[in-house]
Amino acid sequence: MFHIFCPYCQEHREEEEFHARGQAHLMRPADPDNTSDEEWGDYLFFRNNPRGIHHEMWVHSVGCRKFFNITRNTVTYDILETYPMGEQPTITADSEKLRKEQGVQTADGGWQTVGAQPESKALNEETSS
Amino acid sequence: MTQSNRIDAGGRVDRSQVLEFTFNGQRYQGFKGDTLASALLANGVNIVNRSFKYSRARGIVAAGAEEPNAVVQLGARADTQVPNVRATQQGLYNGLVARSTNGWPNVQRDVMSWVGRLGGGFMPPGFYYKTFMAPASMWMTYEKYIRMGAGLGRAPTESDPDIYDHMHHHCDVMVIGAGPAGLAAALAAARAGARVILCDEQEEMGGSLLDSRETLDGVAATRWVEQTLKELAGLANVTLLPRTTANGYHDHNFVTLHERRTEHLADTARAAGFSGQSRARLHRVRAGQVVLASGTHERPLVYANNDLPGNMLAGAVSNYIRRYAVVPGNRLVLSTSNDHAYRAALDWQEAGRKVVAIVDARANPDGDLVRQARDSGIRVITNSAVIEARGHQRVTGARVSAVDLERFVVTGKVDELECDTIATSGGYSPVVHLSSHTGTRPQWDEALLGFVPGKVKGMISAGGVAGQFDLGETLADGARAGRQAAQERGFSGAQDIALPATRTRRESPACALYQVPHEKSALRAPKQFVDLQNDVTAAGIEVATREGFESIEHVKRYTALGFGTDQGKLGNINGMAIAARCLDRSIPEVGTTVFRPNYTPVTFGAIVGRHCGELFDPKRYTALHQWHVENGAEFEDVGQWKRPWYFPRTVNGKKETLHEAVNRECLAVREGVGILDASTLGKIDIQGPDAREFLGRVYTNKWAQLAPGRVRYGLMCKDDGMLMDDGTTSCLGDNHFLMTTTTGGAAGVLEWLELWHQTEWPELQVYFNSVTDHWATMTVTGPDARKLLSELTDMDLDRESFKFMDWRDATVAEVPARIFRISFTGELAFEINVQANYALHVWKKLFEHGEKYNLTPYGTETMHVLRAEKGLIIVGQDTDGSVTPEDLGMQWAIGYDKPFPWIGKRALSRPDTLRGDRKQFVGLKPKDPNVVLEEGAQIVFDGKQSIPMDMKGHVTSSYYSASLKHGFALAVVMGGRDRMGQTVYIPMTDGTVYEAEIVSPVFIDPKGERQHV
Repeated sequence: MFHIFCPYCQEHREEEEFHARGQAHLMRPADPDNTSDEEWGDYLFFRNNPRGIHHEMWVHSVGCRKFFNITRNTVTYDILETYPMGEQPTITADSEKLRKEQGVQTADGGWQTVGAQPESKALNEETSS
Repeated sequence: MTQSNRIDAGGRVDRSQVLEFTFNGQRYQGFKGDTLASALLANGVNIVNRSFKYSRARGIVAAGAEEPNAVVQLGARADTQVPNVRATQQGLYNGLVARSTNGWPNVQRDVMSWVGRLGGGFMPPGFYYKTFMAPASMWMTYEKYIRMGAGLGRAPTESDPDIYDHMHHHCDVMVIGAGPAGLAAALAAARAGARVILCDEQEEMGGSLLDSRETLDGVAATRWVEQTLKELAGLANVTLLPRTTANGYHDHNFVTLHERRTEHLADTARAAGFSGQSRARLHRVRAGQVVLASGTHERPLVYANNDLPGNMLAGAVSNYIRRYAVVPGNRLVLSTSNDHAYRAALDWQEAGRKVVAIVDARANPDGDLVRQARDSGIRVITNSAVIEARGHQRVTGARVSAVDLERFVVTGKVDELECDTIATSGGYSPVVHLSSHTGTRPQWDEALLGFVPGKVKGMISAGGVAGQFDLGETLADGARAGRQAAQERGFSGAQDIALPATRTRRESPACALYQVPHEKSALRAPKQFVDLQNDVTAAGIEVATREGFESIEHVKRYTALGFGTDQGKLGNINGMAIAARCLDRSIPEVGTTVFRPNYTPVTFGAIVGRHCGELFDPKRYTALHQWHVENGAEFEDVGQWKRPWYFPRTVNGKKETLHEAVNRECLAVREGVGILDASTLGKIDIQGPDAREFLGRVYTNKWAQLAPGRVRYGLMCKDDGMLMDDGTTSCLGDNHFLMTTTTGGAAGVLEWLELWHQTEWPELQVYFNSVTDHWATMTVTGPDARKLLSELTDMDLDRESFKFMDWRDATVAEVPARIFRISFTGELAFEINVQANYALHVWKKLFEHGEKYNLTPYGTETMHVLRAEKGLIIVGQDTDGSVTPEDLGMQWAIGYDKPFPWIGKRALSRPDTLRGDRKQFVGLKPKDPNVVLEEGAQIVFDGKQSIPMDMKGHVTSSYYSASLKHGFALAVVMGGRDRMGQTVYIPMTDGTVYEAEIVSPVFIDPKGERQHV
């Protein structure tokens, strides 16, 4: 069970107080009437499912009722940062990749799959999304 | 029966307190301080169970959580049954009753065992999958009998008399395990000032120190345990939890602990003298740092017939002798790969029983313990191992031979040694289960010949689990971990603590020994068991790898290695080693399987805590609930609300059925006046200068012109164009609105409004607040509604001054109220809102005056029938998340020309939402007036086609109408609006096919005149 820092309440609270509301930073097309069916379909139905760094929107539903964003590692379940609506993440898949290339240890990253060896090499690579 | 295996001196049992207990119907005696297992061994009970698959006789192997065989059913009464209890973890109490979980008619003579004896070649891994594959439809039948034969404990058939609870904690340092490392860690962290919880799964804290030959500061190690526990108990910042298993380690240092509070004392908490107290607790701990000091499990060796009663772990033998004063046999053969196990032979000899030989797989062992054994006159056979146990219901001999571990063959002549106990040790596996729960994979340590925990954020492993097997190093490691954990939590003053002096011993290195070679191949030799609980053999693993299962996860699933409540405590490493040998890989290349919570079984009582019965889920009551109860209402659950379903009357001594009551209630509304408690409807107060603009964006219809005093019905879609909620919204003032939602949708709609406001349109000045519970809502409806209400209000209710879809502030029964002229029945209706605490007064006044009009209370069932007769939808019943307002024929409520692209608008012009063959909302009139169609039934256009039929729609609502005197239904049918008057067919599972005509969904008053009167 997650321990989540609400950026509005400024404290860690238990996951039971929150709802996950899916991928963060989805932009509703500003002019829907002049958006193609395909673009509108993308906005409605298509979501990222990255292995590694992901940005999610959560709501402190039985707390302050505020929506906010979480940068979370979908492999380790580490929450790397939380930040209010309207702000951008400081940690992204690209920034983590850079840290790795520079030899900086990420927060308990590293691959972990079922079975000691990945079934394919691709499974062991970080996705960039 | 005498305790033939009990020795006269030593141990931590209290011989003055004799306890009576029953196992498989036999009465025995033990002492205070025994576990059920030590008491059974003291009484010479060999067979404690039958094995899961082959039904082989099994005895006690271990002394702790890793015990695979002695899994018993506990409980003296039907309501106190607890399955899956390990006898090694169950404290003995007077009157304890336990049974073996397997074995029919009993464990001594088991009918199923012929399967096991014949079973060698007949039950390969995957036996059930392979044998009972076809026909697939029969699997349920096979499974039932297979399960009956297998039997893994029985659930109690009566309610548990005990109570359980949950506790929530935050602590700085959670120390798991109170052996030498855990105690030192707790002491170091606690002295630094950190809030510490120390838990240990055993009856007593102290871990390996409780049966250790070692001294601390020159005196028995248990003295240091006592001193340390005394100090910890005296510190306010320390919580000690004995008999408490850390059973799960979850995300972000969340640990669940299962504390058994009275289970070592009696069958129930009450019988233990703790009336009103909980029997067990589940602690939910959010820890700053976790110190994992879970120690090690000794690995047994894998050799032929290693499952016969009398085969035990070397450490368990020492444990039973030193801690419980029980020697589990007379003649011991010890087979080992390391020095440490030698203490079992020394303990055995000191207890006055015969050590036949120590069989050591190493060429030249000469550590201190080895020398001590030789000096004591014990025969040590080197370069050798026990390759097979002899015996029928108990070990009678050990076949010993020289072995070549490199080539995996038996090299010398086989000697048979007469003995009744074979103790083995293949080394020590760190108990990495908890660290693995987090998803972190353990790391192979070649020097250690074992897996150690992987890196987990916020966790420090210490002592045995971290690969420290020397006592002095273990204590130091624990202290270091405790200090470091405290420092991580900001207790910078953490200092070194003084540790007791230990003796260092010279040790010769262990060798890697898992499966012992046999003269015959694994497939031909007597069974060599790897996982005793799941009856997985070395041959089974070999077959699995030969059949192409190369991934250890696949081998696990194919053979059941490490399944169930065992979670691979004894067998996993051996299984991996065998798979590695067969696949010609190293153990780290093969890798481990994933250990999952729970570490040992947790009772459902502890998991549930107080969340059962009345406290399972919150119940919500309206302000009028008591009146409904007193007036005989039957209730229906709507979300968490208790709503009156119908109000049956007693006519001529007979209580009305649902249908009789509903027919009467419906006619009362259509012909006189009825009243409904509608308080559960969601109510959201919306304020702010942009409130009107906001409504225009979240509803499909227009809100720009709605004047104060007016009410409008609105449809709310998701951005995919599908209807999600509906309700009326009233304009209370230019910047002030009151939105109503469906009862079940209230919380979701509020969150939905917040979502759009906070994420998309934060520039709009608008505020939302739930006022559902603040207002009670009473719907007075029917032709006589105006007459009745006018007696209680001074407000002008005339149809011209108070029109349909108006609302007014008024006084009703001298109480300030809002009256809304809206209708969900199609009749003249007034919805009266008053402050909830005045509701009962107003309701009763209405009944005082309503008597002459035969004012009839009605419930949700009548409400459903009345609204369906008018073709009014219920979101979630007539819609299912794939229905647009267009599909419902509600084009009148869609403001395509509104300036802002409101939620759902764009999707209504997607090709899919424009399809002509979408399911459309229609009415159905069954050809037979007495037929009430089944809700959910599928609709076809050709009733005579063969199965599978071409399904064209389904029935969403269906009732009998007392007003129309026939059954009717609402439905969604492909292209239904163009099919008015056509006949459709509704085939049922019993072969009946009903016919119905597609009609308008508005069955009563299609022009809507009645609600305007």
